[in-house]
Amino acid sequence: MTEYLLLRHRNRGEENIADLDTYLSLGGFEAYERVVTTMTPQEVIDIVKASGLRGRGGAGFPTGVKWSFLSDRFPRYVVANSDESEPGTFKDREIMEQNPFQFLEGLMICAYAAQAEVAYNYCRGEFWELTQVLESKVRQLNDRGLLGRRIFDTDYSLQINHHLGAGAYICGEESALLESIEGKLGQPRLKPPFPADRGLYQLPTVVNNTETLTNVPLIISRGPEWYKSIGTEKSCGPKIMCLSGHAKHPGNYETPLGITFRELIFDLAGGIRDDKALKAIMPSGASAPFLPASDEVLDTPLTYEDIPKIGSQLGSASIILLDETVDISWAALKTMKFFEHESCGKCTPCREGTYWMYHLLGRINSDKAEQADVDLLGEVAQQVVGKCLCPLGDFATSAVFSGIELFQQDFNLHIATAVNGKDDSNTK
Amino acid sequence: MTESILVNIDDKEVAVPKGTLVVDAAKRVDNDIPVFCYHPKLDPVGMCRMCLVEVGTPLRDKETGEMMFEENGQPTINWMPNLQTACTMVVSDGMCIRTTTSQVTRARKDVVEFLLTSHPLDCPVCDKGGECPLQNLTMSHGSSESRFLLEEKMNIEKHVPLGDLIFLDRERCIQCARCTRFQDELVGDSVIGFDERGRSLQIITHSDPGFDSYFSGNTTDICPVGALTTTDFRFGARPWELAHTPSVCPHCPVGCNLHINTRRSGQDGNWSIKRVMPRQNEQVNEIWICDKGRFGHHFVNNSDRLTAPMVRRHGELVETSWDVALGLVSEKLQSSNGSIAGIAGERLSNEDLFAFRNLIQVNEGSVSQWPGLLGGGDLVQKVGVGVDTDLAKLGSDTAILVIASDLSEEAPLWWFKVRQAATKLGASLDKSRAALIVANARETKLDKIAKYCVRYNYGDEVRTILALSHAVSDGNTGIMGSIAANDNDDVIAAAKAISAAKNLIIIYGGEGQSYAASNALAQACSNLLIAKGNVGKKDNGLIPVWTHCNTQGAWDMGVKPAGVSATEFVADADVILLAGADPVGDGEPLPENSFVVVSELFKTKTAISADVVLPAQAFVEREGSYTTGDRRVQRFYPALPCSENVLPDWEIFQRIANEMGVGDVSAGPAAVMRQISLQVPQYRDISYENLAAVEEQWPDIGGEDSYYGGTGFQNTGGLGVQTLSLIESGFSVSPGDVDPIGLATGELLGVPVTVLYDRGSTFVKSEIMNSRISDPYIEINVGDALTHNVTDGDMVSLILNGKERELIARVSNDVPQGAVLIPRSMDGPMLRGVVPVNINTIDHGSKE
Ligand SMILES: Cc1cc2nc3c(=O)[nH]c(=O)nc-3n(C[C@H](O)[C@H](O)[C@H](O)COP(=O)(O)O)c2cc1C
Ligand code: SF4
Ligand code: SF4
Ligand code: SF4
Ligand code: FES
Repeated sequence: MTEYLLLRHRNRGEENIADLDTYLSLGGFEAYERVVTTMTPQEVIDIVKASGLRGRGGAGFPTGVKWSFLSDRFPRYVVANSDESEPGTFKDREIMEQNPFQFLEGLMICAYAAQAEVAYNYCRGEFWELTQVLESKVRQLNDRGLLGRRIFDTDYSLQINHHLGAGAYICGEESALLESIEGKLGQPRLKPPFPADRGLYQLPTVVNNTETLTNVPLIISRGPEWYKSIGTEKSCGPKIMCLSGHAKHPGNYETPLGITFRELIFDLAGGIRDDKALKAIMPSGASAPFLPASDEVLDTPLTYEDIPKIGSQLGSASIILLDETVDISWAALKTMKFFEHESCGKCTPCREGTYWMYHLLGRINSDKAEQADVDLLGEVAQQVVGKCLCPLGDFATSAVFSGIELFQQDFNLHIATAVNGKDDSNTK
Repeated sequence: MTESILVNIDDKEVAVPKGTLVVDAAKRVDNDIPVFCYHPKLDPVGMCRMCLVEVGTPLRDKETGEMMFEENGQPTINWMPNLQTACTMVVSDGMCIRTTTSQVTRARKDVVEFLLTSHPLDCPVCDKGGECPLQNLTMSHGSSESRFLLEEKMNIEKHVPLGDLIFLDRERCIQCARCTRFQDELVGDSVIGFDERGRSLQIITHSDPGFDSYFSGNTTDICPVGALTTTDFRFGARPWELAHTPSVCPHCPVGCNLHINTRRSGQDGNWSIKRVMPRQNEQVNEIWICDKGRFGHHFVNNSDRLTAPMVRRHGELVETSWDVALGLVSEKLQSSNGSIAGIAGERLSNEDLFAFRNLIQVNEGSVSQWPGLLGGGDLVQKVGVGVDTDLAKLGSDTAILVIASDLSEEAPLWWFKVRQAATKLGASLDKSRAALIVANARETKLDKIAKYCVRYNYGDEVRTILALSHAVSDGNTGIMGSIAANDNDDVIAAAKAISAAKNLIIIYGGEGQSYAASNALAQACSNLLIAKGNVGKKDNGLIPVWTHCNTQGAWDMGVKPAGVSATEFVADADVILLAGADPVGDGEPLPENSFVVVSELFKTKTAISADVVLPAQAFVEREGSYTTGDRRVQRFYPALPCSENVLPDWEIFQRIANEMGVGDVSAGPAAVMRQISLQVPQYRDISYENLAAVEEQWPDIGGEDSYYGGTGFQNTGGLGVQTLSLIESGFSVSPGDVDPIGLATGELLGVPVTVLYDRGSTFVKSEIMNSRISDPYIEINVGDALTHNVTDGDMVSLILNGKERELIARVSNDVPQGAVLIPRSMDGPMLRGVVPVNINTIDHGSKE
């Protein structure tokens, strides 16, 4: 990799980019100034559309298209989603800590494109110290006239507020996030209406992931054609891959979209810890199905379009590696514990189903289950999937379906132990 | 008319208005899609997932937009891959819905199973058992076998008081948010909400006192399980043991329709009221009642009730027979030569008031209304709000002006309905809201939802309307008595809204009003309505916020306020006849040497000082009718048996007349109503039959199937009939002179106001409300409190109507300077308008 585009602080010579003067001296906020002083909001939207940028928050929705969906009502809001709550995701934090101004510049360009005069950055509660730093950065921008009233002597005004979450995974979901900013319990709203129509305080709102927004200044300054040249046709641009689990060198890897699992894991991250065999991959944290460590999987490009073909999702690219020592039924239990704990409780199948599945997995893992319990687990997952109010319910079933299907032997082992245990007690 | 579109539900074509939800469309063809969280009165949330159905839309050619067809000529349907919630999905043209496929059946079974995994096996002891949607839907859609291990069930708290009226059983809650949505969306008191998440998601209250809302009881009706129960009914009875009687609330001029549940005790064989629920009447109270109506029925069983006629012998009241008592009364009336004064309470039924007035009139005496605090009933007969107006449904073409009333305290359901009109967020966002204009001397709850607020000083109510009229008529004095608005921006803004609106409704109340002031206010309001042409039609006209449930009926029956105190009114009368009136208790004594006859429920102060006391039946023990402030005559029915020795008021007066040979005793209240219809022109079309008529109401809530829960909602007793205003009957009505009124002056002025939870005799006896009913108090402005050395909570003394009273002082920012708010019906003397007062703090140390 020659140049870091998002993790710019990693570039030689740009180490101090979290300092405003340094950022400015390296051409920072030129894109923003150009946008505000010379472009119409529509022109900005068109450029972002042309770049092919897709949302990095998980769903991969085309960003420019999302901006063009705003209803014709004012005021409008834009919100940066820095909740970063998916297990195994830690990219937004590095961006905000090390390259905060590129992110803020992206947020500000987004606000201009949406004609919003108030922007929010919603950070997970654990980021409280980081948030204080970001707030001081925003104050600096206000002092320099980059935020505030009549920016660059135009009619455009903008302020940025920070809002801290209180420790709920679901507040990363955009509509729950908006509820949370409004001071309400973090529960997803019914969609439609989408935030672009009725968002924050029922007004048109854009919600974008932190990393998504960090791409925007690049697109403006170097042009959509340049941007499209990175990655694949349908998945353009650079992407930060959060690699964790049994990797030899876990961490954030910024690569063009479209490198393969193999390249990421073995070429960049040095392979598996202690040179054990790789057993499974969770490509999108807790939310997407396990993938077996087959050659087919390892040679699949990390793109929004290719991973679904092998039965999983790229999501926010929070890639967790599980080596041969991992019992997948245990991994499923841990995953389910997470969802049982994080289900917001608004809809029945997810609220009750995650609790039930967690208990079934607990029974299986403590060798007290019969085959019928494993079957029931699959049936309960079937009762949940496709019937919930928000995607979290579906996410919760991924580990169950893929775990049972791909790693049945791990479950069988527990059942066998349970049966043997019973036989033992019978013979005694 | 909204456009109608065709949808196909299980191969049946149905035409429904555009914008209809799939669940409602199905209900129209008697296809009950099971629901828990959905309630037709609340915005859909799609939480419980019980209503999942298969939905498809006609496939259209991408290029031409034309519908595509199968070979058999049927449109090609594009079925959605996932099941959809019928409660959130709006129908579209040609939409196809399947509700009976195995996929749908399975989904219903699954959701019920999920709900039951955390539900207790409480049915045998649960208050909801027997009318529980969860029970019903489990029977019709659930599985008979349980796959969830009981040991893995979460056991949580079962007796959580959310306040002193409502209890929560956390195990029974199915997290449907009907209760919180009711409070947030419809009431605007967001005092309960969810806490925690996942399976720990639970309802909590965040007000002090807990669940502090006048509408709290309604949540127990719409809760689809037995999670919310009232302290009143909790473990009180099983629904199937209850007898049902339609009734009408006796507490305010709204006239909410009630459903009274009674039960005969297995122990003493006595009947008692177990529960009061709302009865659906979309025009009146929809399916809601306030907590005063729900819990304020305990006076009926009170031990202070009179049980036999009594006459005074040797200074003592002694029980006697009806013949003796009525004989004595008729004798006295006959020998009085017309020196008779009759005072009848505004809470008596139309039949009582009619018989009462007839009795006094044939004896050439004079009648008056008790307490008769407000004027304008005659104007209401002329230009009262148009028939079929539904306050909740008023839209952006309507302005609602509320003056001199804290509606939330005086007529809670009107407040509730006005709130819907002023705040509802329709599909077109705020374009559907009516313009609410609130004029009052102080800030009230209405201000929060008002578009325009106009402030005045107490005493300037009439002047405010005249100024508004002036601004509306654009300076030309076409409107009687109007005066220049003196550049009051608020008045001008409000006037603009009135001018812009097609419809105008004026609601006038009794805050700080004397009889004369209120008369003038009603006249000024009427003049504005007449001048703008906002009379004689739906969504237009005048609404009085009377202090009692049948004040309008009293006016209609010819029992009008005397405009003076009872003491003055009866001054020269030899015989005084009182019914449902307690002037002595309210500080208006009667002359010592008059002969006093009282017909009453209780041993009131007036009753125990009377010469003859006649025990009367309470509204739940008899039949009768009340007329609401918006002139709807409504019937109530006997819910409890009553001792034969206690009679309905109308019968008492007719028996007296009969004894005197000047009238017959009717066969029953229906016959009295027949006489009324012959003698009172507005009532010419009213009969007990048409008062009992019911039409299908939409949304259809209640009924035997408990579809949305709450069997109480079903209306079997009649929707009532609104009387036509004079102008609706084709008479022309012209504006009248607004009489000038004298203003009280003084450094501090006592202002009578109404509070819902007062100490009135029919309410204070409901013990469960005791913690919510305040000790007698006054409210005073912060600055005035400082000047008079009063701190919040002090006992102060006040001279009112010549008598010293001790009350608690509350110091508040909301009270205007110079005003001392004195709530009515707080054990004190009747305040008939604004009066100068002096306040002294009581030094308890020296008093002791
Ligand atoms: C359960 C759940 C959790 C989510 N958490 C996050 C998150 O932590 N950060 C994030 O950016 N998006 C998260 N999302 C996705 C957001 O709802 C939303 O799609 C995203 O912020 C849009 O931004 P993008 O278009 O830039 O990706 C989550 C979605 C779901 C359903
Ligand atoms: S799926 Fe889970 S997280 Fe989403 S709304 Fe339902 S209960 Fe809440
Ligand atoms: S709420 Fe209904 S289902 Fe639940 S215990 Fe009560 S009666 Fe049974
Ligand atoms: S208490 Fe009743 S109405 Fe409220 S959420 Fe629970 S089940 Fe629903
Ligand atoms: S989701 Fe439709 S009724 Fe609850």
